[in-house]
Amino acid sequence: MARALVNVPTRAKRGQVIEIKALISHPMETGYRPDINGKPYPRDIINKFICTYNSTEVFRADLHPAISANPFLSFFTVATESGTLTLTWTDDGGQLYVEKANIIVE
Amino acid sequence: MERTRPKTHLLRATRREFLRAVGRVAGGIGLISVVTVRPTSATPDTMNKAIRGVIGEAPVRTGKITLDVPALVENGNAIPLSVSVDSPMTEAAYVRRVHVFNEKNPQPYVATFHFSPRSGRAKVSTRIRLADSQKLVAIAELSDGSFWSDSVDVVVTLAACLEEPR
Repeated sequence: MARALVNVPTRAKRGQVIEIKALISHPMETGYRPDINGKPYPRDIINKFICTYNSTEVFRADLHPAISANPFLSFFTVATESGTLTLTWTDDGGQLYVEKANIIVE
Repeated sequence: MERTRPKTHLLRATRREFLRAVGRVAGGIGLISVVTVRPTSATPDTMNKAIRGVIGEAPVRTGKITLDVPALVENGNAIPLSVSVDSPMTEAAYVRRVHVFNEKNPQPYVATFHFSPRSGRAKVSTRIRLADSQKLVAIAELSDGSFWSDSVDVVVTLAACLEEPR
C-alpha cells in the first residue's frame, strides 16, 4: 500500500484560495529502465490524479512516465464551504489510492 | 559586388562559410551519437507532432503562461517544475488545461493539468524526469479557446533513465 502525504489547511476564510500539496510513494516505473538481463521493467505509473471538493472536481492531472518517482503535486482551490477534499491517484494496474482531508470554512 | 570564392575550399572560404561547415560536421557527430545511444528518444519533430496531436491546428501565441524550471539541474530524476497562467479564473475567463511537453525523453508527453473556475489560481508544481538536456514547452488552453505557450531550455548533468539496475 502506497503511503500518501496530503497537506490541506484545516481552516480557511470563505473565498480564500488555498494551496493543496500531495505526495504519494510510488516507483513510477517508466517501462524504459532495463533490468540485469537488459529487458525493461514493465511500466507501472500513476497515470491519473483527481481532487474533488465535496464531490465537485476542482483539479485533475494526467501523468506520464516523465513524472518523478513518488509524484508530488501542488495546486490551488477556492475554499467555498466546509467539507471534505478527496484526493484519488490511479495507477496503471487500476489500483486506487484515496486520501481525504477535512476543511472548516468560516 | 558578389564575391567569387571557391566554396569547397575551407582555407580560402569566408568566416561564415567556414563556421557553417564546422557546424555541419559537429551537428553530424551529435546526430550519430544520439542515434546510437538513445534510439527511442523523442525528437523536436515528434514533440511538435505530439503538440499538434493534443491541441489540433490552433495557433499558439507566446505569453500569459510562465514555465518555471531551473536552467541547470544536477539530477534529471527529480526536477522541480512549476507552471502558472495569468488568468482571473472566473466563470467568464479561466484556464481549461495546461499541457507540458519535452523534446528528448522517450515520450514527448510530461503531463496535462485540468483546471476549472473552482481551482482559484492556475498554478501547479510537480517534479519531473528528463533524460537529456533539452527544451520543455508548456501550453495553456484558455476558456475562450486561445492557446498560449512558454518554453525553457534545461541543462541536465545527470540524466534520468540511466540509473543502475536494482
